[in-house]
Amino acid sequence: MQLSTTILLIIALAPLAGCLLAGFLGKQIGRAGAHSVTILGLLISCALSFYVLYQITAGGAPSYNQDIYTWFEIGRLHVSVGFMVDRLTAMMMVVVTFVSLLVHVYTIGYMADDPGYQRFFSYISLFTFAMLMLVMSNNFMQLFFGWEGVGLVSYLLIGFWYKRPTAIFANLKAFLVNRVGDFGFLLGIAAVLYFLGTLDYATAFAGAPSLIGKSLALTANTHWDAATVICVLLFIGAMGKSAQVPLHVWLPDSMEGPTPISALIHAATMVTAGIFMVARMSPFFELSEGALSFVMIIGATGALFTGLIGIVQNDIKRVVAYSTLSQLGYMTVALGVSAYAGAVFHLMTHAFFKALLFLGAGSVIIAMHHEQDMRYMGGLRKYMPITWITMWIGSLALVAIPFTSGFYSKDAIIEAVGESHRWGSGYAYVCVLAGAFVTALYTFRQMYLTFHGKERFVVVGHGHGHDTHAIHHEVHDHGAHDAHGDDHHAHTDDPHHGHKPGELEHAPHESPWVVTLPLILLAIPSLLVGFFTIGPMLFGNWFGQAIHVEEANNVLGELGREFHGAAAMGLHGLLSWPFALVALAFVITTYIYLFNPAMAGRIKSALKPLWTVLDRKYWVDDVYFAVFARGGVKLGRLFWKAGDAAVIDGVLVNGSAGLVQRIAAGVRRLQSGYLYHYAFAMILGLILLLGGFWVFGSGQIGQ
Amino acid sequence: MFNHLLSLLIWLPIVGAIPVLLAGSGRPGLARWISLLVAVLTFLASLYLLPAYNAADGAMQLTESHVWIASLGVHYGLAVDGISVALILLTTFVGILVIVGAWEVIQNKPHQYMAAMLVLEGLMIGVFCATDALLFYVFFEAMLIPMFILIGIWGGPRRVYATLKFFIYTFLGSIFMLIGLIYLYLKAGTFDLHTLAMLPLTMKEQSWLFFAFLAAFAVKVPMVPVHTWLPDAHVEAPTGGSVVLAAVMLKIGGYGFLRFSLPIVPDASEHFAWLVIVLSLIAVVYIGYVALVQEDMKKLVAYSSVAHMGFVTLGIFIAFMLVRDANNLDAAKLGMQGAMVQMISHGFVSGAMFSCIGVMYDRLHTRQIKDYGGVINVMPWFGFFYVLFAMANSGLPGTSGFVGEFMVVLASFTANPWIALFAAFTLIIGAAYTLWMVKRVLWGDITNPHVREMKEINGRETFVLAAFALAVLALGIWPQPLIHLMDASVSQLVQQLAVHKI
Repeated sequence: MQLSTTILLIIALAPLAGCLLAGFLGKQIGRAGAHSVTILGLLISCALSFYVLYQITAGGAPSYNQDIYTWFEIGRLHVSVGFMVDRLTAMMMVVVTFVSLLVHVYTIGYMADDPGYQRFFSYISLFTFAMLMLVMSNNFMQLFFGWEGVGLVSYLLIGFWYKRPTAIFANLKAFLVNRVGDFGFLLGIAAVLYFLGTLDYATAFAGAPSLIGKSLALTANTHWDAATVICVLLFIGAMGKSAQVPLHVWLPDSMEGPTPISALIHAATMVTAGIFMVARMSPFFELSEGALSFVMIIGATGALFTGLIGIVQNDIKRVVAYSTLSQLGYMTVALGVSAYAGAVFHLMTHAFFKALLFLGAGSVIIAMHHEQDMRYMGGLRKYMPITWITMWIGSLALVAIPFTSGFYSKDAIIEAVGESHRWGSGYAYVCVLAGAFVTALYTFRQMYLTFHGKERFVVVGHGHGHDTHAIHHEVHDHGAHDAHGDDHHAHTDDPHHGHKPGELEHAPHESPWVVTLPLILLAIPSLLVGFFTIGPMLFGNWFGQAIHVEEANNVLGELGREFHGAAAMGLHGLLSWPFALVALAFVITTYIYLFNPAMAGRIKSALKPLWTVLDRKYWVDDVYFAVFARGGVKLGRLFWKAGDAAVIDGVLVNGSAGLVQRIAAGVRRLQSGYLYHYAFAMILGLILLLGGFWVFGSGQIGQ
Repeated sequence: MFNHLLSLLIWLPIVGAIPVLLAGSGRPGLARWISLLVAVLTFLASLYLLPAYNAADGAMQLTESHVWIASLGVHYGLAVDGISVALILLTTFVGILVIVGAWEVIQNKPHQYMAAMLVLEGLMIGVFCATDALLFYVFFEAMLIPMFILIGIWGGPRRVYATLKFFIYTFLGSIFMLIGLIYLYLKAGTFDLHTLAMLPLTMKEQSWLFFAFLAAFAVKVPMVPVHTWLPDAHVEAPTGGSVVLAAVMLKIGGYGFLRFSLPIVPDASEHFAWLVIVLSLIAVVYIGYVALVQEDMKKLVAYSSVAHMGFVTLGIFIAFMLVRDANNLDAAKLGMQGAMVQMISHGFVSGAMFSCIGVMYDRLHTRQIKDYGGVINVMPWFGFFYVLFAMANSGLPGTSGFVGEFMVVLASFTANPWIALFAAFTLIIGAAYTLWMVKRVLWGDITNPHVREMKEINGRETFVLAAFALAVLALGIWPQPLIHLMDASVSQLVQQLAVHKI
């Protein structure tokens, strides 16, 4: 059984068709029309993706690799648009279309009152198209197309509420930081072409062994190993897209976008494109120990240090955002120890439970009338039980409680790092282990603050309560940078509309079924998918040829020898260090947030310097803004005023212009000033000049 | 008549300008319709180039040659190759859009404005067809007159300064070229470009000639440091003038390098390629920073043009390193094709950007970025186009802006990774200056009450922007037809580079 080109084309193009219809005919087809066509497109795409996955795993279909059309052809360089679908791709297609479909449905509820309803559906379908082009590509050009395409949609969606200054700051920041990554990525693609003479995956991977021993001359005496150059440059691209330190700064700000896209783009799919890309490029990365060490150290640093920031966040979405940064770090560490399958496996489980957590957070935000600050929540569990339970499921998966999906993927990564002997793996092991503790801290804190304990909001109706003033006072101490921003809908001029933070007009209530259904549908795989798939995906060589690992680097193979089924692994997990750390975090947070709420404040005061470091996000954003944004503008002004205006224009041009002007002043009297005269004279002169040879020429015509 | 297709393309708009002028200021409607008719006919005639030109053969085709000034051996010689065909199509395409774009906007002597546009179009087509150096020179210089008039009559408050600057720059540049051409004539006894390409020249001669040509074309492109006329000219020019200037006239500089510097003085071009490459990279990085801090939208896009045209000169001159040092003809072709695609793409993108600025200027009568903000609130369809073109200007894949830059970066990496490093910097700085402008103009809440009164684009404006948008997307999604059109000619050119004259 072969995969059909038509089916693959439909999978990619159905979301695009939905996007165009909802985008260009939004007014004509209306709100219902817009969500119907886009969801229909996604439904087709998702169903066919499952079919393709079925064909390729159970149906015995071979991997697909064909060009669709020639993008350009110059000499022997042939660049096409085409698809390569193997098990890695098929899995990604399913994850992308499934999560996207659920997010589409969820959006019906979440964006119900937004005037940009059609536009939003158009964007998320466009995103799905670009993401599919990215994962289905069979060459580097199309990869870059999808790569930047998802970046464009991310830009549009972060700035979806374009009236908010923070949103349009965040989207510009996201785009530019990603462009820094893409700068490296493009050079990496150029390096591939330089060394291997092709942009086609299959040909390039086949030629990868020829990179051994080659090097790039940077100066007369500096030569860099070819594979290392290629891999580091490509990975810089991944650092941008997958928000790795130090290019991670855009992701927390991207929370300015509506919550559905935080789930889809900034948690489940787009940000994992870098992980996917590195796994796809495993034939190159396997050739460079140096590049893999680099990948591992970057990932490990992100896994721990961005997670720490999550502990001090008060915005419910930002906690999840920092958690995403940290989990992306875990995936990257896995790549760095050559456990590509582990990275992709965690990518998949993370897509489910993180999308769930974001959509759950969105459900809470709706209930709270677009209040995102957890200090005004508490006790919500009795108002919204479905959201409460599903979010707990997502949280348990996130902190890797044995038998949940997150446990299988994350524990495998921690084990793989422990198994690795790569330079820097000791550091990485400490980071991922400590990261497990940190993850549990911020996750349980978030759950307690949101759903448990005392209610810290009051329902005021149209009257005003007075008992919340103490809270306000505390909030305003936090300073303006602390974005307790409100995920507000554009239809309301002010989300609180005369209410102070913590004051609600109506009691919170459970969200409508279009919101809760996706939560339930995501909770199921968050809980179960790991148990059923870890055997084949991690240890059964499920990915086959799609991922290449050198025998010497095969840490997953090592682990596989000790693997005796998912159940045994789960039981063993109960006795492991990561679980002990999670349990410790559970005890600590439970004591603080359920039994002794005042203690949180005391700890904060006691550890004020540390708290400040985390609250300021290690000052990375501030330094970047001062150096690159302000510095760039200053440099531009200097170039403009000193270079263009003073030297070139001031000295060179206006000097001579002055001279000419004086001469021209004398000649000016000769001129009539009527355009008509000039124009006619001009045309006549030309005709006479060029036509003159008919009369005065030698008479020879043609040669 | 198809033996004279090229003559038809040149003279149809020029002669067509006469009835437009005669229609007079009393009947502006008639003048507009005649000019539109002429522009459309010219465009249709230029489409006939596609079947008439055999793309598989890269040589000059559709040749016309008549003795013009017998005593000097000057010919009225016309012919085209794939590169010329592409540029002529760009010219006639933009030709229609500037007429439509100016329709109600130009109220002061519209017939004269339209006539000047048509004459300009014919002259530019002449430049792309001429195979005789003197004929090229005549068109090259004559072209300045209508542009001079367009800026001088319909320009902004500082138009006198701008036109003077424009004139001095270009005139000074081209006078050197004229001297060079006279020298070549004295040596070869002809102005025929093909013969001049065969003419053996010493390194010393080539070097002098190289700088003579460089003076003319560097100003036209424009390259750093002779670029400062462009922002001033753009700021003062009416929208249509800016569109033609950016979309077509700048390309004549790049085209000149191909027709003069490369074939006639190949060894000097190789010897001084480093200079052009360095200036091109300065254009990308330095001008990128200058563009970042512009407060006037037109100036910003003008500087952005300088930066983008840097890829054209880079792609052309990188080919020397690739052919002669690395002996990598494929990479050289890639770079050269990249330069050509960049020329066409920049024609669409810059034309579109200036049209967008024109649309806003017609409503608010200011080009200052700070006077805008939140335009998307009142003009969502306009916003769609503006973001699309801004993304193309930032080199987003899927738009034409990506293709040429991608090819040039790939080719330069093969020549030298450091060159690619600086060239690829455009990804960051290009996005920074373009999208920062978009942020301040389009996004945000309305702060200036006049912005609230801005009306959504009308049908005529939508037509212009949609035409540009289709071109930008078509070229970005499927560049192969354009590349195929130019492929054989670029191959020939690249093979020519390998031949030493000394």
